[in-house]
Amino acid sequence: MSSLHDVALIRLLGGIVGLLVVASIVGGLMRWQIRGGPNREMVDNINARIRAWWIMALVFATSVAIGAVGSIVLFTIISFLALREFVTIAPTRPADHRALFWCFFIVTPLEYLLIWFGWYGLFAIFIPVYVSMLVAIRTAVAGDTEQFLQRTATTQWGLLICVYFVSYAPALQMLRIPGYEQQNAKLMVFLVVVVQLSDVLQYIWGKSVGKRRIAPSLSPNKTWAGCIGGTLSATAIGAAIWWATPFGPVAAGLMAFVVTVMGFVGGLIMSAIKRDRGVKDYGSLIEGHGGILDRIDSLCFAAPVFFHLTRFFFVP
Amino acid sequence: MIAASLAAATRLVTGASVHWLCDRSSETPRIYFANHSSHLDFVLVWSSLPPPARRRARPVAGSDYWQQTAMRRYFADRVFHAVLIQRSSNRADASAAQASVARMAEELDHGQSLIVFPEGTRRLDGEVGAFKSGLFHLSQLRPDVELIPVYLQNLNRILPKGEILPVPMLGRVVFGRSFERHRDEPKPAFLSRARHALVELGVAA
Repeated sequence: MSSLHDVALIRLLGGIVGLLVVASIVGGLMRWQIRGGPNREMVDNINARIRAWWIMALVFATSVAIGAVGSIVLFTIISFLALREFVTIAPTRPADHRALFWCFFIVTPLEYLLIWFGWYGLFAIFIPVYVSMLVAIRTAVAGDTEQFLQRTATTQWGLLICVYFVSYAPALQMLRIPGYEQQNAKLMVFLVVVVQLSDVLQYIWGKSVGKRRIAPSLSPNKTWAGCIGGTLSATAIGAAIWWATPFGPVAAGLMAFVVTVMGFVGGLIMSAIKRDRGVKDYGSLIEGHGGILDRIDSLCFAAPVFFHLTRFFFVP
Repeated sequence: MIAASLAAATRLVTGASVHWLCDRSSETPRIYFANHSSHLDFVLVWSSLPPPARRRARPVAGSDYWQQTAMRRYFADRVFHAVLIQRSSNRADASAAQASVARMAEELDHGQSLIVFPEGTRRLDGEVGAFKSGLFHLSQLRPDVELIPVYLQNLNRILPKGEILPVPMLGRVVFGRSFERHRDEPKPAFLSRARHALVELGVAA
C-alpha cells in the first residue's frame, strides 16, 4: 500500500529534495569562496552534513513511499541503533546483561509490532509501565544490588528516549482523523521536516547572528538568536505547509511551534546526558553529525507531544 | 565461508570502529597481542584485518578449552585454524610451554601471523590482567617479528564470559604502534611493559 498516490505527499518530498539541492549548491559555493581560509574546517563540516542529509532524506523518503510498513521498519532500526549508542555510554554492570538483551531483541520489536497491530491502548503503556517493571525485575533477579537504582533507571530512561518516544513518530499512522484517512504518512513527514528543519535553522541563525548563549553548561552552541530565529522560522515553515496536514494554517503554525520548542528542549536534555557521561557525541554513524542519537534528540521529545496534541484536538 | 559470515556477524553485532596506528597493509608475519574478555575477541581482531592479512592470521588458543567438545574442536580446527597450545598453570609444565612457543614460532616461519591473548584467559571486568610469559619467550625466539598491541574495548560488555547471547553495544578495536623491544630486557620488565602498552592504548582511546 504505497503512499505515492497522494499529490501533497509528493510535493512535500519534492520540497525536501529541492531544499537539499539548494543546500548542496550553497555548500559548494561556500567551499569555493573560502578555499584554504580559516573557516575551512567549518565549511567542510557543513558539506559533510549536507551529504549525510541527502542519505538520510533518501532513506526516509523511501520508507515513506513504501507505506506504513516502511516507516515502522525504519523507526525500529533507528530505535535499535539509538538504544545501542545510549547503552554504550551508560554505566552498566555485568548483571545487566540479560535485561539489556531483552530491551534490544524483545522490547524494541514488540513496541513497533504494537503500532503495526494498531493496538493503541497497549502501545501507550507497554514501555512506561510493563517494561519498566520487567527491567527492574530482571535486574533484581540477577542479584547485583550495587547502584541498583541508578542502573535500572538508566535502562528505563534509555528505553523511553530511544524506543518509546521515537516510536510516536510512526505511531501517528494509528490516528483516525476524519477526512484525512490514508494520509497519515504526511503527518509524520510534517513532524520530521519541522523538527529537523528547526535544528538546521537554529544552527544557521546561531552561526550567523548568535552571540549570547542560552545554557553554556549544557551546550555551547545554543544561542538566544539561534533558538528564537530557528523556532520562529520553523514555525513559519510549518504554517506554510499546512495544506499537507489536517490542520488549518494557524493550527499548523501552533503545532510547528510546540514541536520546535519540544525539539529544542530535547536537544538540551540529550546534551546534558552527554555532559554527564563525558562524551561529545553519541556515536560516529552519521558523518558530520555524530551518532543517530545526536540527530534524533529533538525528535524524541517532539514526537509524543505532537502525537497527543493531534489526538486530543483532531481525533473525535 | 562460515568464518567469513561469523566475521561479518561479529562486525555487525559489535558495530566496532577500527583504528590503526600502525601500517595496516604490512605483508610480513606479525604477532598481534590483545586483551581478552570475550569469545568475540579473536573473531573481531581477525575480521578487522585487511583480507590478505586475514588469510594469514591464526589465533593461538588453549587446547584444554577448545578440545573439550566436538563443536569447540570444529570451530578451532576447521573454521579458524587455531594454533592450539597447552596452557601451563605450574612450572612443572616447562617442557610443554617450550613446545607451545616452538609451535608458534614455526607458524611465524611459515609466513603466518598470530593473534595471541597473553592474559591467558577471559577477564570479566574489562581490565587488562597480568601477562603470562609465552609472549616473552616467543619474542626472544623470533626477535625480528613485529609485536602489535591490539586494544579491544567493550567486548566484555557485548558478550561476557559465561553468556551466550550478545548485547549489541558499540565496540572498538585499536591497533597500536609496533611494540619496541629493548636489548636483554628481563622477562618481568618486558611483560609489564607490553601490558602497559595495551593499557595505554585503551586510555588514549
